[in-house]
Amino acid sequence: MASDETIDVEIWQGDAGGGDYRAYTVPAQRSQTVLDVVTWVQQNVEPDLTYRFACRVGMCGSCAMNVNGKPRWTCRTHVSNAGDGPLRIAPLRNLPVIKDLVCDMTEFFDKWVGAGGVFKPSATRDDPMPAIDPTMTERAAASEAIECINCAICYSACDAVAQNDAYFGPAALNRSWSLINDVRDAGKTERLTAAAGIGGCFNCHSQQGCASHCPNLLNPTLSIAGLKRAAVKAKVRGEI
Amino acid sequence: MLDVRLYLAQRITALVMAPLVIGHLAVMIYAVQGGLSGAEILSRTQGSVVWALFYGAFVLAAAIHAAIGIRSIAYEVAGVKGLALNVVSLGFGVLLLVMGLRAVAAVVLP
Repeated sequence: MASDETIDVEIWQGDAGGGDYRAYTVPAQRSQTVLDVVTWVQQNVEPDLTYRFACRVGMCGSCAMNVNGKPRWTCRTHVSNAGDGPLRIAPLRNLPVIKDLVCDMTEFFDKWVGAGGVFKPSATRDDPMPAIDPTMTERAAASEAIECINCAICYSACDAVAQNDAYFGPAALNRSWSLINDVRDAGKTERLTAAAGIGGCFNCHSQQGCASHCPNLLNPTLSIAGLKRAAVKAKVRGEI
Repeated sequence: MLDVRLYLAQRITALVMAPLVIGHLAVMIYAVQGGLSGAEILSRTQGSVVWALFYGAFVLAAAIHAAIGIRSIAYEVAGVKGLALNVVSLGFGVLLLVMGLRAVAAVVLP
């Protein structure tokens, strides 16, 4: 039973074959994060509880979990801001579970590459460094998209991903848009071809679950809208 | 599941339909307000190339537009994939086209 000194928490445990929530009572602390709660359970009660974390400061994107029904970065989510009632912690949606709170990120990163997420240089190391004007339109558009930490929270929040397993998802397309706006990049045609294809940007329904849940306040829906415009223009001009 | 061709086809048919829907509603209200009988309406539409083109374009745009929409719903909600997805969406489009063109023919053919 929770009191001022304790927190009731339910943590999903299992694997790809299924699982269930187990309940714990955890000592409450000031400024306690959801990751702190999971760590306390693993260190004090359930040594084989499996979860991922690394930096604990919102940089690495590895500790994303489903907290009270919403995908959150657990290292930067205070228990006091996680919602009313007992904490319910589960693995991210839309990704296969390996064990407990750990998802298999393979498809997430495969799609990231499939959408054209790898930079293709237009110059060699022997060429002079190109000057990028920080006020240019492309640079401004890229700046809005580049702070992604690949936590897969948007991928987990996206209903289009949930219903369409071919869809690249918000993070991959957001990355593609940031590279299309990179004037040093030489892979725009391949990127727009991927964005215009069957797993591409035209599967987005603009519901903005990605933008609502992105912990870095990015707006992948806006990036995808940019991709839609660019892909349509390229198609009409016969470039893809 | 939706590529740039299908996306463009759906958007362009929406653009075509928008003025046609407004025209259709305006004519419908005009006909009702004016108290036109069925026979009076048919006397205006039968043999009219303009009405044949107006509603023919409407039917064609609606068949393409709706078939692409059904394709998304069939894939995302019902999990229809591969050849079955093409059959469902194309079949729905052809069904709408045939039914619509029959209706157009019924009012414009003399």
